[in-house]
Amino acid sequence: MSTVTVIDPTMTATREIEFRDALREAMSQEMRRDPRVFLLGEEVAQYNGAYKVSKGMLDEFGPRRIIDTPISESGFAGMAIGAAMMGLRPIVEFMSWSFSLVAADPILNNAPKMLYMSGGQFGCPIVFRGNDGAGGQLGSTHSWCVEGLYSNVPGLKMAIPSCPEDAKGLMTTAIRDDDPVFFLESERMLGMKGHVPEGDYLIPFGQAKVRREGTDCTLVSFGRPVNFCLDAAAELAKEGISCEVLDMRTIRPLDIDSIVRSVRKTNYCVVVDQSWSFGSPGSEVASQVHQHCFDDLDNFVHRVHSADVPTPYAFNLEQEYLPNARRICEAVRSCLYRA
Amino acid sequence: MSMLSEPSTSRPFDVHGKPGERTSAPATTGRRDLVDPALCRQWLRDMLMIREFENRCMQQYQDKKIGGFCHIYIGQEAIAVGCTAAVRPNDPIVTAYRDHGHALARGMAARHCMAEMFGKIGGCAKGKGGSMHMFDREHHLYGGHGIVGAQIPLGVGLAFACKYMDEVIDGRPNSRVALAFLGDGALNQGAIHEAMNLAGLLDIPCVIICENNGYSMGTSIHRGTTMGHDIISKAIGYGIDGYVVDGMDVLSVYHDMSAIVEKCRRESRPAFVDMRCYRFKGHSMSDPRKYRTPEEENQYASDDPIGRLKLHLEERGELPEAVLKDMQKEIRDEVREAIAWSEASPEPPMSELYHDVFVEPHGPFNGTSLPQMLQGKDLR
Repeated sequence: MSTVTVIDPTMTATREIEFRDALREAMSQEMRRDPRVFLLGEEVAQYNGAYKVSKGMLDEFGPRRIIDTPISESGFAGMAIGAAMMGLRPIVEFMSWSFSLVAADPILNNAPKMLYMSGGQFGCPIVFRGNDGAGGQLGSTHSWCVEGLYSNVPGLKMAIPSCPEDAKGLMTTAIRDDDPVFFLESERMLGMKGHVPEGDYLIPFGQAKVRREGTDCTLVSFGRPVNFCLDAAAELAKEGISCEVLDMRTIRPLDIDSIVRSVRKTNYCVVVDQSWSFGSPGSEVASQVHQHCFDDLDNFVHRVHSADVPTPYAFNLEQEYLPNARRICEAVRSCLYRA
Repeated sequence: MSMLSEPSTSRPFDVHGKPGERTSAPATTGRRDLVDPALCRQWLRDMLMIREFENRCMQQYQDKKIGGFCHIYIGQEAIAVGCTAAVRPNDPIVTAYRDHGHALARGMAARHCMAEMFGKIGGCAKGKGGSMHMFDREHHLYGGHGIVGAQIPLGVGLAFACKYMDEVIDGRPNSRVALAFLGDGALNQGAIHEAMNLAGLLDIPCVIICENNGYSMGTSIHRGTTMGHDIISKAIGYGIDGYVVDGMDVLSVYHDMSAIVEKCRRESRPAFVDMRCYRFKGHSMSDPRKYRTPEEENQYASDDPIGRLKLHLEERGELPEAVLKDMQKEIRDEVREAIAWSEASPEPPMSELYHDVFVEPHGPFNGTSLPQMLQGKDLR
């Protein structure tokens, strides 16, 4: 069992680094600390990572622990799960979560169910990580948001950072976790800079963070769209609407208590989720808010999702498809009867 | 040696290949000697145990004590027993859904195997896995897996972990080999091809054993698999050594597998084995076997792996009738006791519904714990 030490980032040395550096720092620090941790995936070693997340790690840890795999997601995901059953702690990089679909059987049928199906005999301490979400004009097959698909499955945890600091803190926690963690990054955010604590830094799962305090409406989001929410909140402030932006940080476990606390203050709630609307984390959050805050709400929970269509390639269509700041502003105004 | 106890080379029915078809396999050891008669009697006992267990399983299934799917191992006993005998106790093993034989051969007590199928708390997985999902950490059995072929990447991962732990963490040469079993019906699943490529590429000491009983459910190997007469050609394509072994003969299995396993251990390389056998019963309990003739079934039944070993021992005066009778009685009693024990074992309490979902308790999830059969055991 891992001990979670929470370090207040304001109390420790930080420096400004990119999101990708924060991910690498977490992985490297954990690999120095625990020889059972290793990284495998396509182009992670000699190529220094398709998106340079693992840059330099081959030089430090060598080819036995930073392992280039062929394009063979089902095979190497399954292999890593077998290794995790024996007590190793693999980090599996999917170049894109879109490519994890061909590994659906091992990542959904083996990793999250192993502990249960073996009656507590074999756990699966593994991290699957990679780029998730649209926005790079890659067309629909490469633009998957897997939150909705995968968060439906019991037995897994799902972390989705929105900034470099959380990327490090959540990744460290993910690697030390004894259960399988699906870690969703965003290619659109890898170059984002931010202050990140040096040394060990863990953010416990299931604890949302208030990114912006407000009194009129609660915006609930996770991952990259948290940043769209912050943009929208800044815009709405000019109209005199004060939004509270909640960054969930993990979808499973879901910190419903923090959402309820905020909604009881604001009486309005808009959920912003980059996955498709039907059977999504957004619909789950809305359902739970309706259940817990039925008497507190002054309107039904509004939701902003990616459009219910395959992701388009054309720049203008893709931008409109995303749960962007303009669409969030419209949803908040509508929710607050100010449309 | 009697003709009857020799592997038959001229069967009128051969589910694995047409007459005259050759395989790419190198010669195997050809050894079929008895090793130690006491050890062979133990193997006979293990095979008789699986046979009796499976016969009683079928009754329990018909009596509705066992639910879901149930795949019977009768006819293939020599493989689980011979392969287990050829490896070290801490070499990990993983298999598919026809897994009762592997569990028993590895050392799981019959009562925990039976109780699992009864859906009782005393089962190896507390009744949460069922017939297709036998796990035993003490005996290094990593399942029992229900999705065809999915266990082969896992098996390659077990071998990868053995090698990593020895070489990267402990700084010593690799010492373990994993066995990953599949049926011939799994040969056309992508997962096994990806796993073989990885094993060949990364020098992973995993022996992939195809229990080739000639049928993928009701589809004969020649209707579903190209190069069905020479399946090791698929492994050769991935740079993996392939062997054909007579899976109906426990002595051949033991000698050939011992040589193959030790080569893999020494060279830290994978291997693939076309383990030729025949499943005497249907694919599962619901299979009326209309896709094969009684003549074919009778031919293989007369070549029973248990009959062969018995004959071998008897010819050498190593199996007095009284010894065999005692053995059979002990086994009957043991399986009867396993059924009674399983009936008496309670159903899993409702607290088990949310148990073993996550290691750390949170929300409705109340942590995890080992099953009854492992409590107090030394698990390294």
